[in-house]
Amino acid sequence: MTVPHCYHKHRITLIHMTRRCIRALKAVRAEHVAPQVYSTRWSSSTVPRITTHYTVYPRDKDPRWEGMEMERFADEADVVIVGGGPAGLSAAIRLKQLANQHEKELRVCVVEKASQIGAHTLSGACLEPTALNELIPDWKERGAPLNTPVTEDKFAILTEKYRIPVPILPGLPMNNHGNYLVRLGHFVRWLGEQAEELGVELYPGYAAAEVLFHEDGSVKGIATNDVGIGKDGSPKDVFERGMELHAKVTLFGEGCHGHLAKQLYKQFNLRENCEPQTYAIGLKELWVIDEKKWRPGRTEHSVGWPLNRNTYGGSFLYHLNEGEPLVALGFVVGLDYTNPYLSPFREFQRWKHHPSIMSTLEGGNRIAYGARALNEGGFQSIPKLTFPGGMLIGCSPGFMNVPKIKGTHTAMKSGMLAAETAFSKITDENLQSETAGLYIPEYKEALEKSWIWKELYAVRNIRPSFHNYFGLYGGMLYTGIFYWFLRGKEPWTLKHNGLDSAQLKPAKDCAPIEYPKPDGKISFDLLSSVALSGTNHEHDQPPHLTLKDDSVPVAQNLAIYDGPEQRFCPAGVYEYVPLETGDGMRLQINAQNCVHCKTCDIKDPSQNINWVVPEGSGGPAYNGM
Amino acid sequence: MLPLRFRRVTMSARVLVGVKRVIDYAVKIRVKPDRTGVVTDGVKHSMNPFCEIAVEEAVKLKEKKLVKEVVAVSCGPQQVQETIRTALAMGADRGIHVEVSGKDYETLGPLQVSKIFAALAKKEQADLIILGKQAIDDDCNQTGQMTAALLDWPQGTFASEVTLEADKLKVVREIDGGLETIKIKLPAVVTADLRLNTPRYATLPNIMKAKKKKIVNVKPADLGVDVSSRLEVLKVDEPPQRQSGVKVETVHDLVEKLKEAGRI
Repeated sequence: MTVPHCYHKHRITLIHMTRRCIRALKAVRAEHVAPQVYSTRWSSSTVPRITTHYTVYPRDKDPRWEGMEMERFADEADVVIVGGGPAGLSAAIRLKQLANQHEKELRVCVVEKASQIGAHTLSGACLEPTALNELIPDWKERGAPLNTPVTEDKFAILTEKYRIPVPILPGLPMNNHGNYLVRLGHFVRWLGEQAEELGVELYPGYAAAEVLFHEDGSVKGIATNDVGIGKDGSPKDVFERGMELHAKVTLFGEGCHGHLAKQLYKQFNLRENCEPQTYAIGLKELWVIDEKKWRPGRTEHSVGWPLNRNTYGGSFLYHLNEGEPLVALGFVVGLDYTNPYLSPFREFQRWKHHPSIMSTLEGGNRIAYGARALNEGGFQSIPKLTFPGGMLIGCSPGFMNVPKIKGTHTAMKSGMLAAETAFSKITDENLQSETAGLYIPEYKEALEKSWIWKELYAVRNIRPSFHNYFGLYGGMLYTGIFYWFLRGKEPWTLKHNGLDSAQLKPAKDCAPIEYPKPDGKISFDLLSSVALSGTNHEHDQPPHLTLKDDSVPVAQNLAIYDGPEQRFCPAGVYEYVPLETGDGMRLQINAQNCVHCKTCDIKDPSQNINWVVPEGSGGPAYNGM
Repeated sequence: MLPLRFRRVTMSARVLVGVKRVIDYAVKIRVKPDRTGVVTDGVKHSMNPFCEIAVEEAVKLKEKKLVKEVVAVSCGPQQVQETIRTALAMGADRGIHVEVSGKDYETLGPLQVSKIFAALAKKEQADLIILGKQAIDDDCNQTGQMTAALLDWPQGTFASEVTLEADKLKVVREIDGGLETIKIKLPAVVTADLRLNTPRYATLPNIMKAKKKKIVNVKPADLGVDVSSRLEVLKVDEPPQRQSGVKVETVHDLVEKLKEAGRI
């Protein structure tokens, strides 16, 4: 066993821990306490076993799996799409439109981990209808739920007590004229209905768990998740293997920080010529407010309080016109924040107490809650998008226009372009493909010629411009000067700061933040919020928040950063609790609470957490979020 | 000629299983602003957990070759077809969708559903009806019992174990006092309780195969059933907010507080 580099730094702590644990172990053995699987690792301390998932402990070496039938049923399609979100569904719809137009048969299958299409979708959202107008020009007649055109657009800088309005000049990216406030989950549901009408096979409730490869290394398709594995990793009576779906080309539209995309980046080295992706976490609530305060079509954004000028983030508050006086509001915090004591959830709850926000919410009722990570990398972080047998679409590679805070229109357009280029390749009778899975570099070329590229290139320097001493104000100055005058034509491209997970400072160098207690009327505690997301998972399955090394959370995350995962997880999945045997702490993972936001996989300073997909249909039950 | 009641149950036995589409148990319910019911539009729905257990039991009987055909039945609007498809994916052979929608669906209750099941049982010549013991949305626990009464069939409710012995059914029932074992003659109605079995997953290949299985659409009127309700829902409210308690230091304080509250 090699001794990792940090052993020397933390040698003393480890020796103490070792002695304590040996004492504890002796006590345990003497009392014959209930068996807990202890794994002895390099840290030379025994750590309660947390991870049981087969991606960390392979089943072919596990004696409990000997003799189990591991054959999978396989089926063939022309195109398989992973993810039933705006990008995936737009791609599916476009494929079928082309197939019908050219009178060709095309089998398109979409697998989606949510129990129903739209149940894992969460966004503000202010939709720019450009891509929709291209995809389904008669969307209004078809009943697309774009019911709230933007009527008022307001931007402000908040201080603890005051609100300083900032004029939104035409030409600035955050100008929303012509856009619609939507409940994106409902929009995605509608897209799903359009796709089904065209003959797309939709399979919600089935997660793509594994990428399959041909012998020549190209992507063959995906396999859905196995079911019936117990919490300890052993097979249950109801165990059944997932199914393999083979395709000529597979489109991966898993959304921000997809878990299969993570594997593909490594497998095909897709990120060698781009900057690492940077992210933010967005938390959102839906409120039914007092009718007198309701202004349908009103769009409000703010920056500033409660975040300090060096922490990127801001808020949104949209008045929706969907029958009842509904507002969608939320808070975004850039995940490159440095203070491990920062809790995005509590910043969100605190922000609602600002006088200008409270005045809207007073007398209202909260009806929904959720959270999701989003991309902030923009142009600089776009990876290589095509590889033999597959393509990346939507927020997975990341086409979000950060200053506009819109990514749906670009995600949809990327799906459409992927569909168009894939269709020509698949139906090309004279095609000579070098690999069994089709390689379609024309997708990247099509993207470069499209409005997505121009748009993302123009705003590429706005987000990185925040990395200066003046933080927020430097960024706004840069936007005001360079973007408004030059529209991104400046010849330089600013860089991001590196990986979000590397930005945290040690806890001893930072001040804990005093957050106010939730009052139960405007602000709320974490657990009641998680309950509102409707999230649930089959409890008897291996936790899907897997740790590469079970000892790292206590040894590193807790020791150096005071366990930031307790604070950045918007669902209370991670808790440090005292060990049953006395002194010391252990990490408890409440996997059932997970809302699939992916923040932990992104922000973990040790990059030890690997989010894998749980059994299909687990996760949040968002309704029009 | 033996009366219908005493005919021998052979390999040609047919089982009718009722499945209900309900709001998923993990979802937070919200009362509609007009207080006439709860919000269902866009909310995650799934098959009633006890109905899943019922389907599993029927499919197990088929796998043991004790029954020949499992028919899944659901009453409701278009969306219940998803629930029937799940039952088909679990192993049912065909489905019957009894179309009830709009106002009729909002007022649909155990009395109407049991009339529908009784009519279907006669029409399909079913030998066994397995239902979930209750639905998790209305908690009525009435449909199985009413169906048995309408058909004049024996009933084995809250079943935690079902064994077929020739033309009789041995049912172990979960009752307040413990477990009660009864023997009832077929045809009969059984309602499934939690510990009857662990339902299997509806896997993707089975969902795909289920697309080829038939679901027949029927209207209640075709079965001679009137679905109008004799009940009127006056209002639906959230349960009252739980008041926080008060801690007292001594017994004396407790007595004082109780006196203040007028309790003693």
